Amino acid sequence: MIYKETGQFKSTYESDHSIFPLIQDKIAFNLLMLVAFLIVPFFIDSYWEKAILIPFLIYSMAAIGLNILTGYCGQVSLGTGGFMAVGAFATYKIMTFFPDLNIMIIVLLSGVITAFVGILFGLPSLRIKGFYLAVATLASQFFIIWLFNKVPWFYNYSDTGQITVSERTMFGVAVTGANAPPYATYLFCLILVVVLGFAAKNMIRSKIGRSWMAIRDMDIAAEIIGVPPLKTKLSAFAISSFYIGIAGSLYFAVYLGALEVTESFDIMAISFPVLFMIIIGGLGSMLGSFLGAAFIVLLPIFLKNVMVDLIGLSAVTAKHFEITIWGLLMVVFLILEPHGLARLWSIAKEKLRKWPFPY
Amino acid sequence: MSLAKIQSIPYGKEVIKIKNISLAFGGVKALTDVSFEVKKGEVFAIIGPNGAGKSSMLNVINGFYKPTSGQINFAGEDRKEMIPEFAAKSGIARTFQNIALFKGMSTLDNLMTGRLLKQKQNFLMQALYFGPVQKEEAYHRDKVERVIDFLDLQAIRRTPVGSLPYGLQKRVELGRALAMEPEILLLDEPMAGMNVEEKQDMSRFVLTANDEFKTTIVLIEHDMSVVMDISDRIVVLDYGKKIGEGNPSEILKNKAVIDAYLGVAD
Amino acid sequence: MSVELLNFIETVINGLMSGIMYSLVALGFVLIFKASGVFNFAQGVFALFAALTLVGFQTGQVPFSHLINELFGTNFHNWYPSLHSFFAIILTIITMIVLAWLIEKLVLKHLVNQEPIILFMATIGLAFVLEGVGDLMWGSDVKVLDVGIPSGGSEWLEKTTIGWASEGSEYYGMYIDVLNVWATIIAVILVTALALFSQYTKTGRALRAVADDHQAALSVGISLRSIWVLVWAISGFIAMVAGIMWGTESGVQFSLSLIALKALPVLILGGFTSIPGAIIGGLLIGLGEKLAEIYIGGLLDIGAIENWFAYFMALVFLLFRPQGLFGDKIIERV
Repeated sequence: MIYKETGQFKSTYESDHSIFPLIQDKIAFNLLMLVAFLIVPFFIDSYWEKAILIPFLIYSMAAIGLNILTGYCGQVSLGTGGFMAVGAFATYKIMTFFPDLNIMIIVLLSGVITAFVGILFGLPSLRIKGFYLAVATLASQFFIIWLFNKVPWFYNYSDTGQITVSERTMFGVAVTGANAPPYATYLFCLILVVVLGFAAKNMIRSKIGRSWMAIRDMDIAAEIIGVPPLKTKLSAFAISSFYIGIAGSLYFAVYLGALEVTESFDIMAISFPVLFMIIIGGLGSMLGSFLGAAFIVLLPIFLKNVMVDLIGLSAVTAKHFEITIWGLLMVVFLILEPHGLARLWSIAKEKLRKWPFPY
Repeated sequence: MSLAKIQSIPYGKEVIKIKNISLAFGGVKALTDVSFEVKKGEVFAIIGPNGAGKSSMLNVINGFYKPTSGQINFAGEDRKEMIPEFAAKSGIARTFQNIALFKGMSTLDNLMTGRLLKQKQNFLMQALYFGPVQKEEAYHRDKVERVIDFLDLQAIRRTPVGSLPYGLQKRVELGRALAMEPEILLLDEPMAGMNVEEKQDMSRFVLTANDEFKTTIVLIEHDMSVVMDISDRIVVLDYGKKIGEGNPSEILKNKAVIDAYLGVAD
Repeated sequence: MSVELLNFIETVINGLMSGIMYSLVALGFVLIFKASGVFNFAQGVFALFAALTLVGFQTGQVPFSHLINELFGTNFHNWYPSLHSFFAIILTIITMIVLAWLIEKLVLKHLVNQEPIILFMATIGLAFVLEGVGDLMWGSDVKVLDVGIPSGGSEWLEKTTIGWASEGSEYYGMYIDVLNVWATIIAVILVTALALFSQYTKTGRALRAVADDHQAALSVGISLRSIWVLVWAISGFIAMVAGIMWGTESGVQFSLSLIALKALPVLILGGFTSIPGAIIGGLLIGLGEKLAEIYIGGLLDIGAIENWFAYFMALVFLLFRPQGLFGDKIIERV
């Protein structure tokens, strides 16, 4: 009864095509933003920051990126870890070359650099498709990790091969480095995710998004209605890599602070988990990217609480269980709901519309 | 720009001239030395038994196949082959024998893809989505809504096309082609697998598009009664060769055509 | 013969033999892909799981003993001190068949008619499940696998080859691992057996029919599901052989499952649907990798390029021949 669309009429095509066509959705979203921007910053502590909110925001960003490429443009990529590494190392190098540059600009620049790298590794996508392309992206993953590992210039010849962030401020408050207060890192990531999230949604609902989906659903037909395949695929690679690069940049500069490339951006550490997020969340759904990220951040915490603290298993055994459960969830989701949590959400909304009188 | 060139050609004059086109896949000859002309504003039918090379002919016209030899004169210019993107930009739209819709997208979005070539805003503007982009979206939405009205697709505007029945999918595909506001429309068996009422509807849509929007139509169809009813001129292919050309009454009397369809009496 | 030439020959032989190992894993991929259109990412984990199970049976380990002990404070470890390798292998084969049956029953059956990419992702999930279950069942510590295949260098070969070197040069003989020689012999037997099976038996014919066209095969009364179980079981068997070879060489541990990643370039090179392609692709990759490591990696002093070099080779190749070495020619139709 409460959640209904009766009586809401659209008189222009603009309003019919808005992101939240229903007034209830709009209100809910605005409330969420209100809480996120005005209430959470006052209560956030470093556990919520480091264990939940920051990883959630960063994974959401990466998931949006991969969803653009895989969910909307249909090009499966297993190279997310590699592209995130590019973002992280770009940030590190820019920081050393330009000590005075604003951190926001550094992060965005890192995204742009990753976008160019993405275009480079997207080039084979014209000739090769499907599984062959998935394997090719795996190649880019291995190559990039190897490169950052073997060429000392990238980690400024440090003995450990580690890269470490230096402190940067915005409006006088540190957002990177050890002294950054939780609310600052949180707000920094939140602003980027919200702004770029909207940008992604806008692209998806206009020309470029429709070109991606046309290529995804049937590339031959797309070509015949005049969608240039190479340009469209490369634009998806570029924009997807931009988002993933920013995620990598934040992962390094804001979240970890110091990292070593093989450990942090391994295929098992990043590429597969992000792929999980968009499958469990929903391929080709913006909401799905966020739901998937939330899921992947919260499930391990939940499992650890249950298995280690409650049942008393050893950490190693719990880890094995976790892997098993990830795999099971993935298979079960693909069997029961290939469109992921986002579809479940919309089914729930559909039910809610008719509630409490379903007929 | 060849779109302008096509538009400048007067009605009744040749817009596509197929000159001695041959097409082979390895050793298999799909088309052998085929020539014909399509005049602007007419309904032109390509008929022939299964495997005669009709679909291959359409694929050559919109550049999906590259002919082995011969030339295509398009809007007054001789060229060795067409390129799909160029064909689309020059105002050639087509539908497919086995429906080629974007199955994950709604009817509305499928039709909107027909407008992609006409949308000019760059991706940064699209990401910001204000002013000009919004206006452009609304403008094209309006165009698409007209096609939706014309083809009676209002009820399925938001339905993913993958879940639509066959006849409706065919209609959506025609809609996508019409949304491109094409000068030339290539239809590959638009009425295959339809019942009589659906065929009548489809014929009406095709004729209206031809009448009102002055779209040149090149059509492949197996149902002879439909072909004889709606086409101005017909070319007949058999085993990749042209065996007849003319208006419906001439074709009905053509000895070679009758032999090809009914078999030669021994 | 000069030392350089002898070294070159040694590299070529070793490269070809490590290539055989890749071929073995790739073969498992190709079989499943041909018959069910599934790109089985879990193939490498299959090998790990098979090797773990084999060691478990050999040493009489109690499945899930860690878990049981942690939950109930018990102290189970072994049923029996040891089992002859032959019986352990038989038991492992049975396990892999049951596994294939379970996968068909629980996963594939429910994913018929889904897009290939969905199936692919399901096998990634499957890989995680198998890895987790394998660790839970048998523990994640590195295990020694010995089924009686000899390994190490051959003294005879070293002595003989020293004799070939030109007078006065410093040459210590060729080093070729006997294990690799055995692997080659077993791989050849396996491939021959498979080829004979698919050419000359009724089931083999059904298998080829399914590979060619699912619908048509169904219409002449071939049971798709039993063929799938069969193919997955055969792939499980091949994975076990690969698992034994790799496990003997470097111990049974998680990294074993990564050999699947090594086999992927082989698939690109050979094509997803071609058995000869998998074999020749494997040989080429093995050879190219070893040569590149020594002659390019050594020259430029950048070391360890073998992680990605195989992919690089395969990609360059792919740009010229998108369907792979022996893959079916791609004709796009509308």
